[in-house]
Amino acid sequence: MAHGPQSGFSRWLYTTNHKDIGSMYLWFSFAMFLLGGCMALVIRAELFEPGLQIVQPEFFNQMTTMHGLIMVFGAVMPAFVGLANWMIPMMIGAPDMALPRMNNWSFWILPFAFAMLASTLFMDGGAPNFGWTFYAPLSTEYAPPSTTFFIFSIHIMGASSIMGAINIIATILNMRAPGMTLMKMPLFVWTWLITAYLLIAVMPVLAGVVTMMLMDIHFGTSFFSAAGGGDPVLFQHVFWFFGHPEVYIMILPAFGIVSAIIPTFARKPLFGYSSMVYATASIAFLSFIVWAHHMFTVGMPIAGELFFMYATMLIAVPTGVKVFNWVTTMFRGSMTFETPMLFAIAFVILFTIGGFSGLMLAIAPADFQYHDTYFVVAHFHYVLVPGAIFSITAGVYYWLPKWTGNMYNETMGKVHFWLAFIGLNVTFFPMHFVGLAGMPRRIPDYALQFADFNQIASVGAFLFGAAQLVFLFNVVRTVMGGRKATDKVWDNPEGLEWTVPSPAPYHTFSTPPAVR
Amino acid sequence: MASESSYYVPEQSRLPIFATIGLFLTAFGAANWINGGSSYIFFTGALALAAVLWCWFAAVIRENMAGLNSDQLKRSYVWGMGWFIFSEVMFFAAFFGALYYVRTFALPWLGGEGERGESNMLWQGFENTWPLMVTPDAAAHGDSAKVLGPNAIIDPWHLPLWNTIILLTSSVTVHIAHVYLKKGQRNAFNTWLGITVLLGGLFLFFQVEEYYEAYTQLGLTLESGIYGTTFFMLTGFHGAHVTLGTIMLLIMLLRSVIAHHFKPDDHFGFEASSWYWHFVDVVWVGLFIFVYVLGS
Repeated sequence: MAHGPQSGFSRWLYTTNHKDIGSMYLWFSFAMFLLGGCMALVIRAELFEPGLQIVQPEFFNQMTTMHGLIMVFGAVMPAFVGLANWMIPMMIGAPDMALPRMNNWSFWILPFAFAMLASTLFMDGGAPNFGWTFYAPLSTEYAPPSTTFFIFSIHIMGASSIMGAINIIATILNMRAPGMTLMKMPLFVWTWLITAYLLIAVMPVLAGVVTMMLMDIHFGTSFFSAAGGGDPVLFQHVFWFFGHPEVYIMILPAFGIVSAIIPTFARKPLFGYSSMVYATASIAFLSFIVWAHHMFTVGMPIAGELFFMYATMLIAVPTGVKVFNWVTTMFRGSMTFETPMLFAIAFVILFTIGGFSGLMLAIAPADFQYHDTYFVVAHFHYVLVPGAIFSITAGVYYWLPKWTGNMYNETMGKVHFWLAFIGLNVTFFPMHFVGLAGMPRRIPDYALQFADFNQIASVGAFLFGAAQLVFLFNVVRTVMGGRKATDKVWDNPEGLEWTVPSPAPYHTFSTPPAVR
Repeated sequence: MASESSYYVPEQSRLPIFATIGLFLTAFGAANWINGGSSYIFFTGALALAAVLWCWFAAVIRENMAGLNSDQLKRSYVWGMGWFIFSEVMFFAAFFGALYYVRTFALPWLGGEGERGESNMLWQGFENTWPLMVTPDAAAHGDSAKVLGPNAIIDPWHLPLWNTIILLTSSVTVHIAHVYLKKGQRNAFNTWLGITVLLGGLFLFFQVEEYYEAYTQLGLTLESGIYGTTFFMLTGFHGAHVTLGTIMLLIMLLRSVIAHHFKPDDHFGFEASSWYWHFVDVVWVGLFIFVYVLGS
């Protein structure tokens, strides 16, 4: 237990250390973020002008599909798991994750799964081209042969997620230092506890729905075929029963990160801690009973439309509680605006915009106009980019000095923030307008009147992409060296992770700390 | 709390990366095989995965016998198994949900009922019945239809009833085995666990016989419309889980008989397997009610 890390590459292959595994998750996630980002840039380059310039429609469809799958399963989810690996044991005073070898397994499945997914790009008939939501019958009767590989890559990604989630739950429930009662846990730990529960509840449903696809494609079953008595709409129900909790899987840990950062830089304790916990739990509960708001136009009975509309609007209540608490935490605080805080504040503002456009989409009669337009694209990118991505970025800047022992370059961090902030708004804000004007999503060509806003969006996308290179450079430089960080790093931050030296020793809390 | 300070964090381990390679080859090989390629990759991968898991469990057992596992670590395994079973419950929920949706919504609408009944225009002459003996395709297109319903279905009050009795009994016998293990009576434990394994094997035998009958005499196959689809997918995944559960219990039996593993107060490997067994039992009760009885 007292040893440091092994030397050489085998350290990373065989490691059981939560910090090593956390770092691997984070680097893997960043690589996938760049890969998925390049695909987004292919999309934006093609959409810079109306007409077909750069890619063929078939390839465009493969890009939208792979971009979505890679960003959801390869970039956002692994990044949060990486942060969980690094921070949860340190935050609750545990020596490591509860099941360290399974932890390594959960990680190493991912590069293999994504290699398999990416390899479909080079197969006969091309990669999956039916959108990341892979609706039947597009993904069954009309799908390329590579779909089989896509299905099995989803299976093993799911296995990885379930094992990761089980590990996190076991760690949180079993490994807390004496005195670390549930209601003393940092919110990041709380949000991850609830996220892990959601993961275990819905990843098997995803496995179920891709299995149904596999059987329909290759073994003659009729799940999604009306000829045999099945229903393509069944696919959408099962998929979104997974899919809606999935979007909260991608945002709840973000709530936890922001709830750690804002109090530090507002120099005030978090306002309404227990209401934050209850709000998170309420959001998780509601996430199971709102799925059909993704399918208002598919043809549902009116009772269904009404139920899912009102249930969806209810989510605004606990989410509003959260936004209120973050704003109130900042209210009359002595705020400073270091890079993590800038990202956190941008999170609060821009995520709220995404939440409001979500409220618009929740209104079933209005959704008939918005459905499948760029307004939807604008909405979910506003919750995912400044929501998930900004919070992850904020978390990385916030904890990087603790991980590496070095301070990042603040000026470069601010440059990164402003480039990313401007880039993302320039990219996604105009999409609201073209969407409301009726531009459909997932189309490589568009009517002339949408050209101006699309050009603006494309410029913004490349700016946002360039900003990430600044981020990469800054992080690499910090890992290599730089001004030494103090143990506390910031002005009086709260949490056990700040009581250990910077960089955090390879093994922390081999004996549990005292918790007040 | 002394146990917290001695939580065993294993040193570096080669098991996970080899397990990953096995899992990857299994998944990649399965896709390759299904798409018309050779099956060698799949079988290589599956064999490798099984071998790695064997070594992995062996390592955990060795560590436990060496006294490395604190009570706290054992609780981690308890949580792990519990949540794993919950994930399995959700997997079955997807298929039960599909059955519910098809029977409650999709088929009535296809048959022309309710506010979405206009889809009946596409399948004229289709009537909603369950079990669905005449598919929409067969109703609308007669002899040129591609997806036909079954000729007959399984009678719940013969083989399935016996299987229900067998599986419910096996849940009791595995519990009796557990009681004897806690009392330290190894021979009684072995006997009752052996009976459980035999009952599991008997269940599987009857299930195979039922499938054989369905395919050869009833025209009930995976391809016979949504009835065959839901019937075989639900009972098939359940059967796969019974197979896994039987293998788990068999290994527990061999561990006890050959290696004299398990102590009255330390036998989580067996306990976890028995939880899994109770879980497949509960799923079967759901199947018996919703697939067999209410489906006939």
